[in-house]
Amino acid sequence: MSNYKLNRRKFLKGSTVLGAGLVAPTIFTRSASAYTNEPGKGSVVLGFNVPQSGPYADEGADELRAYKLAVKHLNGEGDGGMMSTFSSQALNGTGILGRKVEYVTGDTQTKSDAARASARAMIEKDGAIMITGGSSSGVAIAVQSLCQDAGIIFMAGLTHSNDTTGKDKKANGFRHFFNAYMSAQALAPVLVEHYGADRKAYHLTADYTWGWTQEASMIQATEALGWKTVKTVRTPLSATDFSSYIAPVTNSGADVLILNHYGSNMVNSLTNAVQFGLKNKMVNGKQFEIVVPLYSRLMAQGAGDAVKGIFGSTNWHWSLKDAGSKAFVDSFGKEYGRPPSQAAQTCYAQTLLYADACQRAGSFNPCDVGAALEGFEFDGLGNGKTLYRAADHQCFKDVLVVKGKENPTSDFDLLEVVQITPVEKVIYEPDNPMFAGGSLGKCNPGV
Amino acid sequence: MDAFLLQILNGLDKGSAYALIALGLTLIFGTLGVVNFAHGALFMIGAFCTVVLNSLFTLTKVTISATEKTPWGTPLEIHTPYVQLWFGDIGATMIDYSVFWSLLFAIPVMLIVGVAMERGLIKHFYKRPHADQILVTFGLAIVLQEIIKQIFGANPIPQPAPDAFVGSIDIGAMLGMAQNTVIYPIWRLIYFLFSAIVIGGVFAFLQYTTFGMVVRAGMADRETVGLLGINIDRRFTAMFGLAAVVTGLAGAMYTPILSPNYHMGMDFLVLCFVVVVVGGMGSLTGAVAAGFLLGILESFASMPAVKEFLLGFSIDQVIIYLVAVIILLVRPRGLMGRKGVMET
Repeated sequence: MSNYKLNRRKFLKGSTVLGAGLVAPTIFTRSASAYTNEPGKGSVVLGFNVPQSGPYADEGADELRAYKLAVKHLNGEGDGGMMSTFSSQALNGTGILGRKVEYVTGDTQTKSDAARASARAMIEKDGAIMITGGSSSGVAIAVQSLCQDAGIIFMAGLTHSNDTTGKDKKANGFRHFFNAYMSAQALAPVLVEHYGADRKAYHLTADYTWGWTQEASMIQATEALGWKTVKTVRTPLSATDFSSYIAPVTNSGADVLILNHYGSNMVNSLTNAVQFGLKNKMVNGKQFEIVVPLYSRLMAQGAGDAVKGIFGSTNWHWSLKDAGSKAFVDSFGKEYGRPPSQAAQTCYAQTLLYADACQRAGSFNPCDVGAALEGFEFDGLGNGKTLYRAADHQCFKDVLVVKGKENPTSDFDLLEVVQITPVEKVIYEPDNPMFAGGSLGKCNPGV
Repeated sequence: MDAFLLQILNGLDKGSAYALIALGLTLIFGTLGVVNFAHGALFMIGAFCTVVLNSLFTLTKVTISATEKTPWGTPLEIHTPYVQLWFGDIGATMIDYSVFWSLLFAIPVMLIVGVAMERGLIKHFYKRPHADQILVTFGLAIVLQEIIKQIFGANPIPQPAPDAFVGSIDIGAMLGMAQNTVIYPIWRLIYFLFSAIVIGGVFAFLQYTTFGMVVRAGMADRETVGLLGINIDRRFTAMFGLAAVVTGLAGAMYTPILSPNYHMGMDFLVLCFVVVVVGGMGSLTGAVAAGFLLGILESFASMPAVKEFLLGFSIDQVIIYLVAVIILLVRPRGLMGRKGVMET
């Protein structure tokens, strides 16, 4: 029979030893990892968070194709795509820092809450070191904020709102895609050149962050060149029939309709506007014109013949003849039998840029990677010379002004590049009022 | 005046779609007593009948060009529709008028879908509470739209109207007003005429045929009709099929106005339920009248002048629900609701 008796002193001693024993592994773990999801020796996981369902699912599918191609090229498979034309030659087809690149995918559903949930799952369950993708500014801003808190780098996909690198910018977030301000600065002079300086514009605008910044940017850029704004009308994102918004345009005195719409909104509003005969109407002695500031080839396919002759802007187009674009179109076309969209190009570029930054930094630490991306100047990824500005993590490059082709030769040949606006014409100071408020804050390595 | 007329036309056009869908919905409710939340999916399936037929008409023979290449260096594929190869110009006209052909295609398809839906699933819920019916039909609607999304993708698929009906006409000039003041798309006018014909046809069928008379008698007093030795269930199943056809045709004809996409049914469904409730549950004339009324109200509510009058508040997305609340407060059975329908 044991004569062991538990007294208060023994209980306290025991508790202390037990507590120390339990806490010790956590201390070792914390010190063993310097940042969130530090990869092991064998592989590194990237998280591709794209809309696989919802209204932008086709755009998301093209983004995913681009990501898979990028992973293939990073791992030394295929023809290497834009890796061979990329001005930085740090990537060598052996993955990233010698680790094989693997990936997981999430479905944003083009909803902020769903996008955050899938990004969180990829970070916490799958150990993703970087999150990228998305086809909506609302989603991009929400996921960027999550990545900032989690200590993960976010390489934004298709997001065009000024706010992504304006009032909602974050130190862990980086955008390769252009923005609403740059679109407006590139587009307005072309519109004035073709339609004249004496024009009255009527805006129909999607009622969310991207629509607001697109509308403000277009008003500022066109009014600076002599146009007047007759009216701005906000339309709900859920709208499918725009006929009752279009009808008042016909008698408003406006001779230009600017559709600050994207996705299915753009497809439907443009189709409605054409159905109401706006393209053939004469107002104030001038031909009535329609403008779509942000074009996407996939959306143009949805709108069909309605896009013919309509001006807009785009981040990139597969018909560009520079070495990077040609290499990417060749690689993508052979892999999938179709040319890549602008969403695919920006996502592919973002993946290479991230991998290259890790390679140059010699680390996956988000703060080292961020430092490698800040102020990075590069070429060969399809947009000419490009700068990743340190002040706001926005890429600055030439902007394409495009027009719906009158005589397309295929389902993909819908837009023609009218002008390549040099970056000097669209760049702005970091404290530009359109981007005011918010700050990058400090890089967060997590853990 | 011109803006007023334009919004009236817009309202009639929207109301046409609401009235056609609500007519089918209330027909099913009036005959079978089922609250069918899958009714919007029938509208969507009807629209996709047009997509399918257009795809069949534009099935292409692929030939490889000996000289031309794609931008990525592979030989260029030249696609020529078989219909055009076989029938020449007649084939090209068939493709152009595929929306009208799709009506012929949609009738049997929707009849089969409607009868299969009723016999396969909904009949098992006749004696169950309305909440069960709503749950099962709502689930069915989601399944159907996910199937469509898997097959056709998530993006809208444009379906052009025949060339002869593309563009718009100057209604203002026709009415003696100034030119270019009231311009309206031709196809939307055709849609309005089409819906008037279909609605008139359904009413005539119920009013002037023996079958319709029996159905109306069954709607009024199912048990007595059954006691007379008439198999009213079979007739009601046929009415479910008819409602599916009406809704499917509404969807098929709507495709040049709204490019078909997998969630278009859901977009219309909730509004059409409100239309049915406002019109009066089970009342066919009520559904049609409420459809046009709410369509017109919705159009007027989205005018910038209305927004300015309401000090910047936008009510176009809620006007239908506001009116529904007011009508139900004043007339709890809706505009033309009968006593005893959905009342215990």
